Amino acid sequence: MHELSIALSLVDLAQEEAGRQGGRICAVHVRIGPLAGVVPEALLASYEMASFRTPLEGSRLVIEQVPLVVFCPSCQAQRPLDSVQSFCCPECGTPTPQVDHGRELELVALEIET
Amino acid sequence: MSHEPRLVEVRKNILKQNDLVARGLRQRFRDAGVFVVSLVSSPGAGKTSLLEQTLTRLHPRFRVAALVGDLATENDAARLARSGAPVRQITTGTVCHLEAAMVETALDGWALDELDFLFIENVGNLVCPASYDLGESMRFVVLSVTEGEDKPLKYPTIFNTSDVALLTKIDLAEPVGFDWDAALASIQSVRPGMRTLGVSAKTGAGMSDYLALLEAGLQSARGVAAAGGAAVAGGAS
Repeated sequence: MHELSIALSLVDLAQEEAGRQGGRICAVHVRIGPLAGVVPEALLASYEMASFRTPLEGSRLVIEQVPLVVFCPSCQAQRPLDSVQSFCCPECGTPTPQVDHGRELELVALEIET
Repeated sequence: MSHEPRLVEVRKNILKQNDLVARGLRQRFRDAGVFVVSLVSSPGAGKTSLLEQTLTRLHPRFRVAALVGDLATENDAARLARSGAPVRQITTGTVCHLEAAMVETALDGWALDELDFLFIENVGNLVCPASYDLGESMRFVVLSVTEGEDKPLKYPTIFNTSDVALLTKIDLAEPVGFDWDAALASIQSVRPGMRTLGVSAKTGAGMSDYLALLEAGLQSARGVAAAGGAAVAGGAS
């Protein structure tokens, strides 16, 4: 389980960003794709541990799970995929190696109280 | 008096620090013309045996070195050192994956431009290493024929983030009734177009194609380094 390592990186990054703003962070918004290799529930649990006794202690972690989107070379269009186990176009069945969205592991925004 | 919290947009990769270190490593590898391969697999898939054979076969003709990640022991480094190639162990303790900073630290004091190949054996784990860029030129995911044909479907992320799939222990394919078609279909389903090779470190089957792939990688790494050097020289004139 590497979510704790990721939570520690997140807490560091959020503090670094908040340092420029001033004020107290009350929520941290992240975006996670199905190919990021992160289990949201495990990240939530790890976040509580990682933020313990830091300025982020008690802040909320808000996780947005982004869908997997590939590019179909036959349709020449982006297509959402339901499964990370079958990379082919849901419309025409063409294999779709190009991943446009789904690897995100991103700190999107901070909610700061002043 | 209470205020509504302000929403401040950030939009940065959570693993920014790792990515920065990995980017620095990749640039150093490029400048030095060294071809860097990382190996990921579940525990017991045969990474160390494969690497032992790889180092032994490449060592006479090329300058090779390896970094080996392990949770607790230095056994793998001791095994690999028998090939005569320089080997360093990265003992991660309880950490289930390698991070770019660990690679950077382990490389301390090594002259990269005196190397042709650097191999990085990750900790045996098909989940956690997927999220961490190590600056490698190519990531090989290693799957032994004794593990089951549907493993790529169970661990799609690591297969999707790897460049080449290596099926190991192919000398055991027949005794265990390994279904090649099913395995290849699983791999192609999670990573269409993925290059897949079969090898046996024990019998040497498939090793020549595998070594040819590595040598082709080295040629392209040297080409990039030479072009970079020429650009620098051109810029200075």
